[in-house]
Amino acid sequence: MAILITPSTKILVQGITGDFGGRHAKLSLDYGTQVVAGVTPGKGGLFFEHGTHKVPIFNSVADAVKATGATVSAVFVPPPFAADAILEGVDAGLDLVVAITEGIPVRDMVRVKRAMAGSKTRLLGPNCPGVVTPGNGKDSSGGCRIGIAPGYIHKNGHVGVVSRSGTLTYEAVFQLTSKNIGQTTCVGIGGDPVNGTSHLDIIKLFNADPETHGIILIGEIGGNAEVEAARWIKEHCTKPVAGFIAGATAPAGRRMGHAGAIVGGAEDTAAAKIAVFKECGIEVAVTPSDMADALLRSAKSKGVTLT
Amino acid sequence: MNIHEYQAKALFEKFGIAVPKGATATTPEAFITALADLPEGPTMVKSQIHAGGRGKGTFTNGFKGGVKFCKTKHDALEIAGKMLGNTLVTAQTGPAGRKVQTIYFTVASEIKKEYYLAILLDRNSSKPVIVASTEGGMDIETVAHDTPEKLFKVIVDPAYGLADFQVRELITKLGLTGVEAKNAGKLIRNLYQCYWETDAAMIEVNPLITTPTGDVLALDAKVSFDSNALYRHPEIVALRDLNEEDSKEIEASKYSLSYIALDGNIACLVNGAGLAMSTMDIIQHFGGTPANFLDVGGGATKAQVIAAFKIILGDKNVKGILVNIFGGIMDCNVIATGIVEAVKEVGLTLPLVVRLEGNNVVAGKATLDASGLALISGSTMADAAQKIVKLVA
Repeated sequence: MAILITPSTKILVQGITGDFGGRHAKLSLDYGTQVVAGVTPGKGGLFFEHGTHKVPIFNSVADAVKATGATVSAVFVPPPFAADAILEGVDAGLDLVVAITEGIPVRDMVRVKRAMAGSKTRLLGPNCPGVVTPGNGKDSSGGCRIGIAPGYIHKNGHVGVVSRSGTLTYEAVFQLTSKNIGQTTCVGIGGDPVNGTSHLDIIKLFNADPETHGIILIGEIGGNAEVEAARWIKEHCTKPVAGFIAGATAPAGRRMGHAGAIVGGAEDTAAAKIAVFKECGIEVAVTPSDMADALLRSAKSKGVTLT
Repeated sequence: MNIHEYQAKALFEKFGIAVPKGATATTPEAFITALADLPEGPTMVKSQIHAGGRGKGTFTNGFKGGVKFCKTKHDALEIAGKMLGNTLVTAQTGPAGRKVQTIYFTVASEIKKEYYLAILLDRNSSKPVIVASTEGGMDIETVAHDTPEKLFKVIVDPAYGLADFQVRELITKLGLTGVEAKNAGKLIRNLYQCYWETDAAMIEVNPLITTPTGDVLALDAKVSFDSNALYRHPEIVALRDLNEEDSKEIEASKYSLSYIALDGNIACLVNGAGLAMSTMDIIQHFGGTPANFLDVGGGATKAQVIAAFKIILGDKNVKGILVNIFGGIMDCNVIATGIVEAVKEVGLTLPLVVRLEGNNVVAGKATLDASGLALISGSTMADAAQKIVKLVA
């Protein structure tokens, strides 16, 4: 088992005919992911070809869903059109929309999130690396890769990873795989101030997933999402959890690359979040090099096997 | 993106938000024309820089106060001459301060009472929030900490917009009645419209004032915009003042690099914002001090690396460089080749530690080793950070 997606999940790619979307659709196909459709308005009827793969392109998400049974979308469309693309996926009744696009205006996301209230669709991102459920093949192929993460660094196993940042997720996954510890699912929730799925949402899913034995929770300065997740973990989660917060050296009031990574008050500094992690029984990684080891420490103290 | 107070007030006027009458000047000759637009009587002289804390700031020439009350226009003329062209240091500018290139004269309004009003994103609810307080003219963080009961918040449903009952709620909590309540209601509604329609990231009015005649005015105005939304607001992009931005940050943005200067001496070049922040953190963890935040994005091409090195080397405090790249999709060998060529092109002489991980990393490390350059390889982030900290110590 895994969370959100499995190797048999059928996905469609919105913006498959763009450079960015096309490149990553190919990598996902190579990974063994069921990319069953592409969507580009005006290019319906054409095909996206890669090796022996011939993926049909549709004019709308609804058409693609009807013809292929896709349940998940990866959104690669440029920022001015991304909010619309997300809502099109919601309207088509998808289970999950993964918005990779970076640079969507905050106001657009405020409206999208409000419009999604009460819908069955879950949004991951935007400005996120996506989600990977590793497979059992060579370099973890045969899994489901949605987004832009490098597939080969993964390994099928029992640790769940959730993070706002792409490269920091890869860092954690790489450390785990190097220690022969596999992952159930690795989730990037995105670096924007308004995003669909929170740390807590993912933590709840990992907690409920019997295959997930341990969790790495990676956060950043800004907002209170990590604190909210930590408090829930303290009350409800018995699995080993390791945490890391990036941005201890970031000056207040300066946006650190991610639109969401900005210290606004005393509550959203790295020091404040780390203090809450410790109080909630989360094993804090002292440095980013320590993330996998921190989880091992937590697992050992709880007598849990991660492999 | 930030704008000046005088620009923010011009924007306010477009949205029907009352502000004191004012005029700007960028040369001493223009002072007289600017002042001629204002009535005789008490006048404010306000240095226009993006940083806050102007009133309590000091100029490097010793003159105190970047915002001054003058009893007459004649006094204002004299005071303006002491500000224009000089460098103002405030709590927010850093020790280098900012050169004042524009003076804003306004009518000095008679104040009955000061309030605080701001609109920004509430991250917890992903909705706009209006924050108001009866404690105007003060540092709002202090008010929030010491007297939270004097801070009022209203969260706006983006589907409906600001509702009248919410405006009434704010006005009641601020204790306003009669003509003041009517004027404040209009101002709050217009301010929300301004926030929403311009894709503002934050609007702060501190103080908002009432006058003895019942007017409600925005005495100060601080407005910043969501940079992701600037593509649809060319009229706001036109307000950008490059003099207020760090020249290295402007240069970096030309190469899609995200760069922020800091005070330390170990420069870092990293791909990804989260990894870039953590690289700064790990340098500090091992006893060093980071000189910057620099995210080269997902790519790290040769041109970007060269540009990044040049920007880094423009900071004279830098004593060593740490490159930390997790080449997920990108071939590490391509990145390594770019680093080697960049080092040769800029003639780097400072200690350089490179930590490369990811796709085709063996070939990448071989390229670095065979380059003949005096660069040092780090195996993990911790290893690389410890090496560079030792080298600059």
